[in-house]
Amino acid sequence: MMLRSKLAKISLATIAVLGLGSTTLSADTLAEVQKQGFVKCGVDGGLPGFSEVGSDGIYKGIDVDQCRAVAAAVLGDAKKVKYVALNAKERLTALQSGEIDMLSRNTTWTETRDTSLGLNFTGVTYYDGQGFMVTKKLGVKSAKELDGASICLQTGTTTELNVADYFRTNKMKYKLVSYDTNDQVVKAYESGRCDVLTSDQSQLYGLRIKLLKPEESIVLPEVISKEPLGPVVRKGDGRWFDIVRWVSYAMLTAEEAGVTSANVDAMLKSDNPDVKRLLGVEGQMGENLGLKKDFAYNIIKQVGNYGESFEKTVGQGSPLKIARGYNALWTHGGLQYAPPFR
Amino acid sequence: MLALLRNQKIRGIIFQLLTVIGLVAFLWYIGANTVANIEQRGIQTGFGFLDGTAGFGIDQSPISYTEENTHGRVFIVGLLNTIIIAFVGIICATIVGLIIGILRLSSNWLIAKLAKAYIDFFRNIPLLLQILFWYNVVLRAMPNPKQSFNFFDTIFINNRGLYFPLPEYNTTFFMILASLFCALIASFALNTWANRRKIATGQDFIVFPFAIGMFILFPILAYFLGGAHLNFSFPELAGFNFKGGKTLSPEFLALTFALTIYTATFIAEAVRSGIEAVSHGQKEAAVSMGFSPYQSLKLVVLPQAIRIAIPPIINQYLNLIKNSSLATAVGYPEIVTVFAGTSLNQVGQAIEIISMTMLVYLIISLVVSALLNWFNHKMKIQER
Repeated sequence: MMLRSKLAKISLATIAVLGLGSTTLSADTLAEVQKQGFVKCGVDGGLPGFSEVGSDGIYKGIDVDQCRAVAAAVLGDAKKVKYVALNAKERLTALQSGEIDMLSRNTTWTETRDTSLGLNFTGVTYYDGQGFMVTKKLGVKSAKELDGASICLQTGTTTELNVADYFRTNKMKYKLVSYDTNDQVVKAYESGRCDVLTSDQSQLYGLRIKLLKPEESIVLPEVISKEPLGPVVRKGDGRWFDIVRWVSYAMLTAEEAGVTSANVDAMLKSDNPDVKRLLGVEGQMGENLGLKKDFAYNIIKQVGNYGESFEKTVGQGSPLKIARGYNALWTHGGLQYAPPFR
Repeated sequence: MLALLRNQKIRGIIFQLLTVIGLVAFLWYIGANTVANIEQRGIQTGFGFLDGTAGFGIDQSPISYTEENTHGRVFIVGLLNTIIIAFVGIICATIVGLIIGILRLSSNWLIAKLAKAYIDFFRNIPLLLQILFWYNVVLRAMPNPKQSFNFFDTIFINNRGLYFPLPEYNTTFFMILASLFCALIASFALNTWANRRKIATGQDFIVFPFAIGMFILFPILAYFLGGAHLNFSFPELAGFNFKGGKTLSPEFLALTFALTIYTATFIAEAVRSGIEAVSHGQKEAAVSMGFSPYQSLKLVVLPQAIRIAIPPIINQYLNLIKNSSLATAVGYPEIVTVFAGTSLNQVGQAIEIISMTMLVYLIISLVVSALLNWFNHKMKIQER
């Protein structure tokens, strides 16, 4: 009898200790990032212009700049980023499970992803749309002529849903060949496994550079979808969400106010109240976010404003030479628009 | 109390109980933790997603599938493709493995060494690497559809796959299919009858030529009985690709090839070890009784060797089934690629989808091993 009651007690205690101590993933990402001393940022790692490892072994690209900007804002040093290269299939699960603090991997903002996956998109850092690339030899001039073609694409993307919709709407047939990574897609396209390579337009230009003979392929004029790309964070951590969102806005505001990495020190003495608030000379924008006063100064000094980042990574200063287009500031007829810093 | 602990029997029970409690508590902890995290994030749960529209295309499907079908249908398509690749792989690997295993023991020096070289080479290269190798080699070496290798305008090979004609499903076709089935049954019946007669009277009856005859004669009869209307759908170049006929994709071919070649090495070794494990005295006894080498192999050595070789071969079959999930590397649409890959990414419910996928492999493997264990049991020496 005694033995039995003892056993019962032990078992109850074991269960209680293990059960009650069940830890949930910390909801305070900011505190965690400050404790670990770096931002864990999920990127593609193999996409020219967006995120790729340069010849010097350093990650570069417009997506990478978002990670660096967050690190500069939170930790004061844009270099304090730990990059995790993820393929399209892994990326959302990696964020859900807490393997990374934020995802900046040319990820399209969709309703499903924003609502049912326990994730939140913080904004749009690049307005994109899906297109097709074909070899010149085929003599195809329009996507409407692609009936019966074999199409290579990366699986786990909105791309395969758009293709299905487009061909269905236009009553055309196609053969789908899907791979895990962009590298495999390019390889298959080059070897002639498929006639068409489809992806977001910005990526098509990036992948085209990777081909052995880029001049033999053309990008068709049709853009078949809206692909707003932006950073993603886990749901349930409002403060971290605000930080990642306002880091992007700070870069846009800086461009709008003419603050660049070159003139940011001089701008500290500016009379413009917008600039003063942005750089933390006036107001308490930084404190509102739980950051230091000079968070935006650090971003602009170390990473640059949105325009600088764009031109350096995908624009005229890069091999991609993509025009600003929709990604110009609203003041220049584009869609990039930051709410006021006040 | 201490006295109780000193009692070996009671001590044993206590430790076993503690282990079970610890295990249950651990699993419960993991479960509770997961549920809490999912709720905190607001991640959708449950199996409702199976009724949602998939919205993406799948290139190869044994059943009809369009983008408008559900994720549940995607699951079925992936499952069937897994079963197809596992089935084809097992058949091919068994045939190749059996042949190589026997050649490995050949008294011809060159043949034996070649078989050994084959085994040593392919057994020691990771399977994933072999799949990628065959896939890229097949792709690179093949011409584009317009310059396909053409065999009599009926079979075409190019970098989009292997194309061959397919008969239309009409009465004649089904009659011929049924006749082949009849021939198979009849051959088995004849064999059983011949064995019984041999035991009863000792007279030999050679079944083989009769079986061959039936396999030729029955379909010919069926062809005329069924109306002699056998229409083939031939592959034809139309636009970008071939249309009509049947296609085996490069992904499927590369995967089948790699799985066959890799698994066959292990099966060959199992066969060889089985044959070598039969005691030498058995072979000598067979020779001294005047058996020919073929008779001694067929009647004395192989029946005993098979008993020894079956358990390791079962293991290889199970490995092959699980290895088929490497298809995801080349994009063959089996369950890991389309369901645990694409569907998972579209709906984001990792726990449900991964559990379902694991369950599929578990069930397939358990069914296969149950079947083969039954066969193994049946093949055991009947002790009288």
